[in-house]
Amino acid sequence: MWSWVGHRITGVGIFFFLLVHVLDTSLVRVSPEAYDAVIGAYKHPIMIMGEIGLVGAIVFHAFNGLRIILVDFWKQGTRYHRQMLWAVMVLWFVTMVAFSIRHLMIFFEGWEGF
Amino acid sequence: MTTTNSEAVLPAQGIEAPRSGRIDPKYLRSNPSSGSFEMVAWVFMRVSGAALVVLIFVHLFSNLMVGEGIHQIDFAFVAGKWANPVWQFWDLTMLWLAMLHGTNGMRTIINDYAEKDSTRLWLKSILYLASTVIIILGTLVIFTFEPCLVDDAGNLMDYAPSFCENIVN
Repeated sequence: MWSWVGHRITGVGIFFFLLVHVLDTSLVRVSPEAYDAVIGAYKHPIMIMGEIGLVGAIVFHAFNGLRIILVDFWKQGTRYHRQMLWAVMVLWFVTMVAFSIRHLMIFFEGWEGF
Repeated sequence: MTTTNSEAVLPAQGIEAPRSGRIDPKYLRSNPSSGSFEMVAWVFMRVSGAALVVLIFVHLFSNLMVGEGIHQIDFAFVAGKWANPVWQFWDLTMLWLAMLHGTNGMRTIINDYAEKDSTRLWLKSILYLASTVIIILGTLVIFTFEPCLVDDAGNLMDYAPSFCENIVN
């Protein structure tokens, strides 16, 4: 039940980010200055936290989606759906710890201050 | 009670589904056309979902986890990537699959929560319009992108990636 709610909420969030992300990338056809100015916003500390949140949503949606596929197509899927949800949460946690550390390290290395 | 139906057949020789052909189609739960669309959509969500896990994880890894990560992303970085047809194809596939996957997901959610017919129609019209615009825009950007911009005097601009020097000069 909660994994279903989580799948919907992360899905809607990712969809709206995708619309924005195609629009910001499209600025490469306007001018290099326009693209660099807007993509520069993604390097602000607040956006760095937002990126960790976004990747958290994507990683959950991805792992839980693979679990749904296994429930649908794997013979033992319905029997182990609960264990697989635990696996999703453990894998999500491990992936997010690794991503967050790497992303923050890179951010602080090249950060020029406010 | 005995039956006198001379056309009766044994089940082993094949028997029609109960009431088949004798029921008004409006009372049936499914009709052949919409039934197959929903089936295709269901399969598509699983196939595209599995592909998107690979496409997006590699996209995030190569853009954020290697090199200078978030700091490396600028015009020259995009130009450098799209100079390679593999990345063009990668991003194009990701765009189409993610947009169709997301649009179908949003369609499902609208169908679930918008109870009024007119509300559903409006929301889905806006959704399909937005998705069409974004897919066409993104596709055009990938295919019409010009990495080696020059100024009026014909000199390569500062933003151009380094490989442009071999092409222009």
